Amino acid sequence: MEKSVRRYWPIFVLPTLIAFTIGFLWPFVWGIYLSFCKFQTVNKVKFIGASNYLRVFSDNSFIHAFGFTALFTVVSTLTINILAFFIAMLLTRRIKGTNIFRTVFFMPNLIGGIVLGYIWQILLDCLLSMWGKPLLALDAKAGFMGLLILMSWQQIGYMMIIYIAGLQNVSPDLVEAAEIDGATPWQILTKVKIPMVMPSITICTFLTLTNSFKLFDQNLSLTGGEPAKASQMLALNIYETYYGRSGAQWKGIGQAKAVVFFLLVVVISLIQLRATRSKEVQA
Amino acid sequence: MEKIDENITEDTIEDVVIALQKPSLEQKALKKSKNTAMVNNIITAVLGIVALFYVYPIFMIIINSLKQESAISTNTAFNLPTAATFAGLANYVHGVTQMDFLSSFGYSLFITISSVVLIILCCSMCAWYISRVDSVLSKVMYYLCIFSMVVPFQMVMFTLAKTADTLKLNTPFNICIIYLGFGAGLAVFMFTGFMKSMPIEVEEAAMIDGYSPLQMFFKVVMPITKPTTISTAILETMWVWNDYLLPTLVLDIKKYRTIPMDIQYFRGSYGSVQMAPMMACIVITIIPVILLYLFCQKYIIEGVVAGAVKG
Repeated sequence: MEKSVRRYWPIFVLPTLIAFTIGFLWPFVWGIYLSFCKFQTVNKVKFIGASNYLRVFSDNSFIHAFGFTALFTVVSTLTINILAFFIAMLLTRRIKGTNIFRTVFFMPNLIGGIVLGYIWQILLDCLLSMWGKPLLALDAKAGFMGLLILMSWQQIGYMMIIYIAGLQNVSPDLVEAAEIDGATPWQILTKVKIPMVMPSITICTFLTLTNSFKLFDQNLSLTGGEPAKASQMLALNIYETYYGRSGAQWKGIGQAKAVVFFLLVVVISLIQLRATRSKEVQA
Repeated sequence: MEKIDENITEDTIEDVVIALQKPSLEQKALKKSKNTAMVNNIITAVLGIVALFYVYPIFMIIINSLKQESAISTNTAFNLPTAATFAGLANYVHGVTQMDFLSSFGYSLFITISSVVLIILCCSMCAWYISRVDSVLSKVMYYLCIFSMVVPFQMVMFTLAKTADTLKLNTPFNICIIYLGFGAGLAVFMFTGFMKSMPIEVEEAAMIDGYSPLQMFFKVVMPITKPTTISTAILETMWVWNDYLLPTLVLDIKKYRTIPMDIQYFRGSYGSVQMAPMMACIVITIIPVILLYLFCQKYIIEGVVAGAVKG
């Protein structure tokens, strides 16, 4: 069978391969090359070696964006996962209205990042001005909290669904055995349930970590990086370097930033996967 | 609504069945269940309040979209519209005409449907080849697809937009090819994961019956992969429909705008934004999504779980 399928590769693989080359491979390779160049349009490209990279690390806005993004990623990953796990625990107790709660908590996921950002901007600005505080766009701390609330609101439902599926797969026999052995509810949670849902925890932390680190739409619409780039995250910083600044050097620097950003995402994903995978157990 | 009720009764029936199966523990269970019932009621009440807060932002946008522009200020934004401030659908008419919302909706719909259909068709074929043929091409494709899922969009945004321009893939009618290229990773990964676990005997039997690989794919493989097809289609739809940056960079914003582009453009291009029409536009943007969600909830949630288990 394998032989006859193999002969059909132009039909089965070629369309995807061509689109993949146009939509990913070629832009990726070209992007790496351009990060070593000075250019404004693609017709006038001058190779200048690694100097773009040196300028990336001396760009304070990039360093600040990195700090902001790193802090936001850690805080939001913890918040979202703890809350989502907690709600999932509650919703697997066979309480009344489970389905309605699940529907409601998951709903914000379907709304796009730009729209979500504006909904929360309107709501939070109204609240802040009622309390006599500066608006989101004037206060970086409020911007940080706003982004955190927005992301939690959006992502908790998604992670909750994954945790519920994980918790439902924990065999009741295991829990019962632990109960007979005299384990307290807290021990059952930490010694039985959490180790058993470790695969779900791996996936959810991976998703929240990369979503927060790569956040763009919500950042653009909620605060736009205001005030004075203080709430700007890495993805928005790269975008702004590329399209918001005039000057022949900026596009090359933006591309170099993008390469650094890409490497950071890869490193973080690998570390996280290794760290949580090692804690997974077999039943 | 009917569905939800059905589920609850199913659950309770299950409860009863479980209770009947364990007569020896009945006494103990009865005492315990009384306690649990009370705790569960408290949890329901608390979660109910949380759920109200959860839907509040959307509710607030809806009530404000029905008010007159002058009646929206930071102090009154939380009030319900009164007879004096009620604007009816005026904001909706205003927003729709000013934003040219209908054509944006059309473009978004067309782009989403064409991209998702193309992604499902091409990627499932590609994944079947990868899972059935052991060649260098399969291995390279598979690992490239996994790799592409990690790469942030900012890495390729400039060069991708330029490539699309050069190849004239910059209209809503053929941007699906770009989406196929950038979205292939997830789809190929999910399909391959499922197809590798499919028994090969069915296909071998079809082969002996004289099916060509193409007939086999469409008549045998596609029907078996239906659950994965639905999951993948849902994940890709959620991505394409809400995507902002890719169409912004690839399409000519003066000619074509998708819905997220429209909202951002509307918000960004006016000095003082008119809040009421803006909120009306947000409402008409999210209503179709929420309706679709309420009807296909089961598939969407299953799709998310399936995607996560394989991811």
